[in-house]
Amino acid sequence: MLLSAALFMIGVAGVLLRRNIIVIFMSIELILNAVNINLVAFSYQLQNGVGQVFAIFVIAVAAAEAAVGLGIILAFYRNKETINIDEMNLMRW
Amino acid sequence: MIDTYFIPLVKILFVLNATLIAVTYMVLLERKVIAWVQVRLGPMRVGPYGILQPIADAVKLILKEDITPARADKWVFTAAPILVMVPALITFAVIPFGPSVHLFGRDIPLYITDVNVGLLYIVSVASIGVYGIILGGWASNSKFPLLASLRASAQLISYEVAVTMTLVSLIMTAGSLSMVKIVESQFNAGLWFIFVQPVAFVLFFIGGLAETNRAPFDMAEAEQELTGGFHTEYSGMRFALFFLAEYANMIVVSAVATTLFLGGWLAPFPNVAWLNVLELIPSWMWFLMKTFAFLYVFLWVRATLPRYRYDQLMRLGWKVLIPIAIANVVVTGIVKVLF
Amino acid sequence: MGNAIAFYVISALILGFAMLVVTTKNTVHAVLFLVLNFLAVAALYVLLTAQFLAAIQVLVYAGGIVVLYLFVVMLVNLKRPPEDHSAPQRRPWLGFALAGVVLAQLGAILVWGGAGDPVDPHTMQNSDLALNNVERIGMLLYTDYFIPFEVASMLLLVAMVGAIILAKREL
Repeated sequence: MLLSAALFMIGVAGVLLRRNIIVIFMSIELILNAVNINLVAFSYQLQNGVGQVFAIFVIAVAAAEAAVGLGIILAFYRNKETINIDEMNLMRW
Repeated sequence: MIDTYFIPLVKILFVLNATLIAVTYMVLLERKVIAWVQVRLGPMRVGPYGILQPIADAVKLILKEDITPARADKWVFTAAPILVMVPALITFAVIPFGPSVHLFGRDIPLYITDVNVGLLYIVSVASIGVYGIILGGWASNSKFPLLASLRASAQLISYEVAVTMTLVSLIMTAGSLSMVKIVESQFNAGLWFIFVQPVAFVLFFIGGLAETNRAPFDMAEAEQELTGGFHTEYSGMRFALFFLAEYANMIVVSAVATTLFLGGWLAPFPNVAWLNVLELIPSWMWFLMKTFAFLYVFLWVRATLPRYRYDQLMRLGWKVLIPIAIANVVVTGIVKVLF
Repeated sequence: MGNAIAFYVISALILGFAMLVVTTKNTVHAVLFLVLNFLAVAALYVLLTAQFLAAIQVLVYAGGIVVLYLFVVMLVNLKRPPEDHSAPQRRPWLGFALAGVVLAQLGAILVWGGAGDPVDPHTMQNSDLALNNVERIGMLLYTDYFIPFEVASMLLLVAMVGAIILAKREL
């Protein structure tokens, strides 16, 4: 469980500190993986299958979110030609 | 101690060696079969009937100059061929070659391991094989290989969906994901699954052709398309590795199809008593014969059919194969519930 | 004993690759480290007898989602060199220090809360959930958790349609 907390923090640090938006999305995936590890560890310790079932749903949701998020990035990139979130400021379009 | 570490290690070494030798001789076999289809003789000079040709090829490729393009990413450039070869080889860990054999006073089962998610393991390892192609194209730092590799990987992931759907209906028929149990359920049913699920067999075969980038779906690497596809910039031993990985993938698909549809190591009608004379041929021999028959059909198809265009290929995968696979799943479900 | 060694090795790999993902300058390298991270997590699941989940993790996460990321990275990088250095007024070390402090707090809560009690690996690996993993999960998924299953499939359908529309050049 300590492992998943550490992974979670690395993911959060990545989200907050990098400006390349694709790396930000990847750090979100790291956070989701940390949550999954936690669920599976609980499932192992308590011998209850619910943890693994929930982890399957988390993976499915992560897949959906990654697909839509990358679609948004591509659409944005076609308009603004940048992947640097400091420059992606809609208020100053 | 010996049982848990030593025996699997011996099995792994044996299977790896056998696979690599088989892959090397596949090169010769392909050229011979295509030649015979085209009413000519194929390689005949090196050794009697061209038997030593693969060795000549290997020596030539090893002695070639090892070029890395100027601004290519060195690590990724080297890693890409490895990433295509390794998934093909590690799939052999779950394929059953035969039932238990009694050697040196121990019962040794003729498969390396029996994971209870064997079939899913094979599919997931196949999806890792896509990486080698994408990275190979990108690491070459040149436009043609990049575009060709993006096309090839789009083809691979589309057909992955179709193949996985097909396998779902097969899992429903067999009742388990473990490869050994699938063979045993064919034994219990008394019929090879090709008779129970012919549609799934055809779909799997077409999907397998597309997954291994084999004709008629080989537009990603053909010499006439995009100047040689994603391995344009590769030379020498790295190119050899890509090349051999493709043949290894073919052998893997044949072996998996044999296990799933043709009864693995079973004789044709295993439950019929008077045909037990067929049991005199050892079970792994049956497995090899069936796999070889499959490989022969692969080569036969390459020699016969023309190449698909890219949009025709994608249309086939998404609009034709996937609906048929889903319909197959539904029909299998209905049949299972009613009987 | 072998279990503990395997666990520490895999954990070190997972954390190491995660750090590399977050810190590399080259985007493609970051994606590759993400793949290795997911493979290490799948190995961890096998250790925790969640074999079905391990195969699904490799199939969906490592084999599907990261391929998607790789595609986008290549399409975006076709015209542009890799990312420049960070702006001077941003102080990365402060971010990492804060993350470390929160981690220490989480760790303290976990250890004092008794979550670190060891379990007996031998009974765990021979239990019903471990040996019949696929059947148990299948039963749960189709009986008790049927409604979330249907909702997840609707979600995936909507996401698929949305992604296709977002990526079209002309509507």
